[in-house]
Amino acid sequence: MDKLLIMLSWGDRGWLDELAAGALVTISLALATLPFGLALGLLIALAARSKSPILRGAATVYATVFRGVPELLTLYIVYFGLQIGLQQAWKGLGFPGNIEMPAFVAGMFALGLVLAAFSSEVWVGALNAVPKGQSEGAFALGLNRALTFRLVVFPQLMRVALPGLGNNWMVLLKETSLISVIALPDLMFWTGRANVVTKEPFLFFGVACLIYLAFSLVSASGIAALERRANRGYAPGGGGQR
Amino acid sequence: MNRTLALVVGGVIAVTLARLVWPDVTALLHGVGCEAAQGFGRLVGNEAITNYGCRMVGGLGITLQLVAISVGLGVVLGFFVALVRLYGGPVSSRIATGYTTFFRGTPLLCQLFLVYYGAGQFRPALEAVGLWTYFRDAFFCAAFTFTINTAAYQAEIFRGAIASVHRGQWEAAKALGLRFTTIMRTIVMPQAALVALRPLGNELVIMVKSSAVASLVTIFDLMGTTRLAFARSFDLSVYLFAALLYLCVVEVIRRVWGLAERRLTRHLSHA
Amino acid sequence: MTKTVGLIAATVAAMLAGAGIAQAQQKEWKEVRIGTEGAYPPWNNLNSAGKLEGFEIDYGNALCEKMKVKCTWVAQDWDGIIPALLAGKYDVIMAGMNATEERAKRVSFTTTYSRTPISMIGPKSQASTDISPATLKGKAIGAQGSTIHANFLEKYYKDAQIKLYPTQEEVNLDLKNGRLDYVIADKLALTDFIDGQGKDCCKFIADVKRDPTIHGPGVAAATRKDDTALIALFNKAIEESIKDGTHKKIMDKYFKVNILVD
Repeated sequence: MDKLLIMLSWGDRGWLDELAAGALVTISLALATLPFGLALGLLIALAARSKSPILRGAATVYATVFRGVPELLTLYIVYFGLQIGLQQAWKGLGFPGNIEMPAFVAGMFALGLVLAAFSSEVWVGALNAVPKGQSEGAFALGLNRALTFRLVVFPQLMRVALPGLGNNWMVLLKETSLISVIALPDLMFWTGRANVVTKEPFLFFGVACLIYLAFSLVSASGIAALERRANRGYAPGGGGQR
Repeated sequence: MNRTLALVVGGVIAVTLARLVWPDVTALLHGVGCEAAQGFGRLVGNEAITNYGCRMVGGLGITLQLVAISVGLGVVLGFFVALVRLYGGPVSSRIATGYTTFFRGTPLLCQLFLVYYGAGQFRPALEAVGLWTYFRDAFFCAAFTFTINTAAYQAEIFRGAIASVHRGQWEAAKALGLRFTTIMRTIVMPQAALVALRPLGNELVIMVKSSAVASLVTIFDLMGTTRLAFARSFDLSVYLFAALLYLCVVEVIRRVWGLAERRLTRHLSHA
Repeated sequence: MTKTVGLIAATVAAMLAGAGIAQAQQKEWKEVRIGTEGAYPPWNNLNSAGKLEGFEIDYGNALCEKMKVKCTWVAQDWDGIIPALLAGKYDVIMAGMNATEERAKRVSFTTTYSRTPISMIGPKSQASTDISPATLKGKAIGAQGSTIHANFLEKYYKDAQIKLYPTQEEVNLDLKNGRLDYVIADKLALTDFIDGQGKDCCKFIADVKRDPTIHGPGVAAATRKDDTALIALFNKAIEESIKDGTHKKIMDKYFKVNILVD
């Protein structure tokens, strides 16, 4: 028992500080990915609903590809492919030295691309749910397109989209664990190190799972609070089954 | 009762037949896939795909087996868990909720490592109960983890689907004096199954993609063979080729599922 | 709350700080980034203090001192160790890497700084020391993926069940767990395991006969092909370190035997 406590202690002899640092990287990565992925997802949703067939086609292809390819594979392709591509482009343009993409950025980019594909579906559904009359009414009041979107459409959009986006967030949080295979020192990475050094896999993977679970539970209650806030202007029980 | 017997006997015969022809079918499929992959490699003039395409197609076969076993068993386990959550006693439904919360709230990769390396740590105990022969095998560990993982997600799907059947249906059936099992089988299930169909299809697709983590515990699935091919050739196109294969599988599933859904719901008016 | 947000913001900033453009260094190297695996003790290992340690870390630092350059270390997953070098994430690999022909197609190797035997280990219950492919037919043999050992198994042990893992330590763990019948790797890395955590379960079975076409001339540092100036620097420093005893001093700290046999 003492041995296990030392392994889980804070400091140079124990792994708790490493696990905490890893958990911080995990949560930072997920939070950094979120705005990028959601914004890109919204752009794709707008493209999917646009009048231009080219934009619509591009949106469909994008969503199909990134929803169909395993996240692990996307990660490898972005991590190695993008970096080598970037390097060649840099040299090709005649710049000196090396341009670098750290593992964090590669992970953020790869996860963001996948998040965008999944969240675009949620955005499309939410955009469809906001009645056309709302934006027509706003136009009639003299608001321009940007203002209409920001002040009238977007708040209503968020209300409908929140449950779906909350779901996307939970998936993203768990997907960050894949980043460990490209050598970013996240929670999974340090757990793997602790496992091979201490040969106590059940303890460490168990602890890691519980940390992820805690993140999920906190997120779930946070999302629930956000939903309550977004719904505060609405009469409860409108649809019956929620 | 007779119908149940006939189902069981029929099932046994079907499984036996399938097992007899299975090796030939897989060999044939593998042969065809092999040729196709090598042909594709030559067509695009890529040495790495030509050399390793065959192995990658073999890996795809492992991926499909892993997913078919996990999702198939997951349906049974998931349905059972959903019933416990809905109709079980306070303790058992709590346990079922805890189970779904844990497996839906943690990464599959973490669960897989927990089972695979954790089982190794408890080898003496597992040997004592005769389970080590199973847990020694990486494929079994992966199939086991994927099954309990997908079962947790499917339990939520089934729970939602069963709950979506209007209570008036229950009340009317009870008023007619039908028993619980009869109501479930003849009235609730057919309606719930239609509601569950789409999310189940999504879950199948998710499992095909998530199964790629099996490569991290020595399984030569599509991802595993691709990593091997990359380590030998350092040619990124093998990753792109693997992406293409995954994409094809996912698209085929999506299309077939869509067709099945349209066919099964054809009696419902489409808006 | 503010503190948490600050901490997360700081982490993101720290993680992003690595981005940017490295200076052109073709003529004069002042800073060298060395990539290693950190999961191959005693060569290189990432410990519970979060620090890299091992023979290659000490030796690499000694070489840098001789070359009068500032060195920083980067831990990189083994499967991606060559791609990440080519992608410019670091300039040199020092990770117990054998200078094989296959790898030499992609990278340039320096003078070798180690040449060690390759062995197979197994559970204590294994009585036979026969490791011929015929005897090992159907047995589970573990090795780290993308290594010379994996290639060796593929060439000679086609009829065995070959199991490949992301790191050597996971291979050892699974031998201890009883999932593997044999493990093949560099003898010194295996010695570390057999003398330590594998003391109760496992033992050496036999050494493996080297195949030069697979195993190459020995362990060396690797650079990108076009960094010729850097190779020259490293070659000079390695030769010096072997002559003046620096190599031996660090070697004696980590190994009981000579790691540079002819």
